[in-house]
Amino acid sequence: MQDLETKQDLSAKVDALIAQYRHMLGALLPLLHAIQDDIGYVPESSYPQIAKALSLSVAEVHGVVTFYHHFRTHKPGRHVVQICRAESCQSMGSGALEAHAKKCLNVDYHQTTSDDAITLEAVYCLGNCALSPAVMMDGEVYGRVSAADLDALIAEARA
Amino acid sequence: MTALNIGTTIYIPRDSSALSMGAEKVAIAIAQEAKKRGLEVTITRNGSRGLYWLETMVEVATDNGRVAYGPVKAIDVPSLFDADFLNAKAHPLSLGLTEEIDWLKKQQRLTFARVGITDPVSLEDYVAHDGYKGLKNALVLTGAEIVKAVSDSGLRGRGGAAFPTGIKWNTVLGCKSDQKYIVCNADEGDSGTFSDRMIMEDDPFVLIEGMTIAGVAVGATQGYIYLRSEYPHALKALNEAIAKAEAAGYLGNKICGSTHTFNLEVRRAAGAYVCGEETSLLESLEGKRGLVRFKPPLPAIEGLFGKPTVVNNVISLATVPIILDKGAQYYADYGMGRSRGTLPIQLAGNLKHGGLVELAFGITLRELLYDYGGGSATGKPIRAVQVGGPLGAFLPESQFDKPLDYEAFTNIWAVVGHGGIVAFDDTVEMAKMARYAFEFCAIESCGKCTPCRIGSTRGVEVIDKIIAGKDTVKNVKLLRDLSDTMLNGSLCALGGMTPYPVLSAMNHFPEDFGIVK
Repeated sequence: MQDLETKQDLSAKVDALIAQYRHMLGALLPLLHAIQDDIGYVPESSYPQIAKALSLSVAEVHGVVTFYHHFRTHKPGRHVVQICRAESCQSMGSGALEAHAKKCLNVDYHQTTSDDAITLEAVYCLGNCALSPAVMMDGEVYGRVSAADLDALIAEARA
Repeated sequence: MTALNIGTTIYIPRDSSALSMGAEKVAIAIAQEAKKRGLEVTITRNGSRGLYWLETMVEVATDNGRVAYGPVKAIDVPSLFDADFLNAKAHPLSLGLTEEIDWLKKQQRLTFARVGITDPVSLEDYVAHDGYKGLKNALVLTGAEIVKAVSDSGLRGRGGAAFPTGIKWNTVLGCKSDQKYIVCNADEGDSGTFSDRMIMEDDPFVLIEGMTIAGVAVGATQGYIYLRSEYPHALKALNEAIAKAEAAGYLGNKICGSTHTFNLEVRRAAGAYVCGEETSLLESLEGKRGLVRFKPPLPAIEGLFGKPTVVNNVISLATVPIILDKGAQYYADYGMGRSRGTLPIQLAGNLKHGGLVELAFGITLRELLYDYGGGSATGKPIRAVQVGGPLGAFLPESQFDKPLDYEAFTNIWAVVGHGGIVAFDDTVEMAKMARYAFEFCAIESCGKCTPCRIGSTRGVEVIDKIIAGKDTVKNVKLLRDLSDTMLNGSLCALGGMTPYPVLSAMNHFPEDFGIVK
């Protein structure tokens, strides 16, 4: 099972990605993206490896990972649902949509449902502002999302 | 009947807003239905025309031009075939000839000339629609001549700051350095804006061409597009287009047989709003936390990795090709006062007809909100609009007749910014919007300067007291004091402009704050 991925496996994956990215100018962000794309998050256990390869301190790597909202340090659920909280979506009722999602999923932002299916995240603009409120699930954008639409999306993901 | 339909070209957008309304499902349904009926069709995935309330908008090529249907859902597809839409026949979703749709016909599309018309990742299509004419012209000019054309066009930074693009380029041109960079700020984080996204997804070559011209002009050989991570479709389109431009010799060494070298790479941002500020963006590109830098030194002199760097917004760079193609005067002939050319305006939020409207500067908010926007989506009166993103002022109905123009907006203590307009109906609670402005600033502050880092959190607390009706007079004074400190003491626009939405909300809608007029 993926959850039981050993530390060595993660370390080997990170090493492979480091080899691919380390010579790039300003390599840290592209490398962190590659790690998260591959593993689903940036494990804190990888900081020393990254730091050593890029001649940084562990604190600097930690600083960068935690500065950016996109990076997460823990494994997310099988699907990531992001609800846009920005002004345009607020004007079309995203506040109610957020409340609905939190209630139905029984989680707050940055949390994962007990069945490990859905991680709920806030996002500040998806560039779909003419079709607010907007939601992104696993990288796909949805527009004019009603509470019922969101329920259907989540049900489909869980199925 | 069937024989006539062979090879009919159908256009279905690949733009992410269209996809958000089911364009992919529509494309699949049309392909399947055509197959089922034994009809041959060619499906081209174009960009969006920007009439987003009509997405998914399906177009059919005819001898008289394209005929549009929308908003099409996958479930409508069999009935479209039944109605013989392949021969442009009538259907309840018929919109007529696309080019004749009033909303589109009245626009002045210069930067967006090709958007929605071409296949975004087809270099042949791009070249067939006047693409790379600007670069061809630029390659026979000196750097100084290219910079002069950009200066003469009057183009100002479309990211929001409205700084003259030509002046920036001239500074970099004048720097002596072994390495210079062109950086495209594609970290379009303002709520209510999507014009950068549309260019990158729907006409990526125009941005690539604009950056190449910038590189040729100032002597930069490397470009970076710093793209927000929330735009995965833009990433795909840009990378596909860059690969095609490289293969065809439009990027790389000796571009188009000239002596110039220009390489281009997309770098993904990571969800920090402050990285839309140019110095924070450069820090991020260097692989660091996106902390804002002190200025001076200007990025034009000491920018990326300490080298002279042009940092321009997507729309600014994507406007350069048409200026070099049709001439500076052609572009400068549009607009008013010191706001020359056109602005891709984004109609967003609570509007019936949201989308992309490119027009010369000078149109009023009222025309945009009602003639184009069609009034609120909810059918209630529009009470407030926020122009220019989360750091833009809220404006009441009494100011809807102001022309969209950088200086006119400065005079009413507002900003045009990146051209996003978010409408709110009369259910909006302005004190809550002011609170959100501080909350957003607190979430996104880079933490380098105190007014922004601490002020944003204190702002939330003070507004909460005002909302609760606690010592209103005293707390309103405190809020104004705090705003003054942030306005004058912050290092960048995030802290420095958060008071715009806060104070404009309070000044124009005092009743929402429990303040007696």
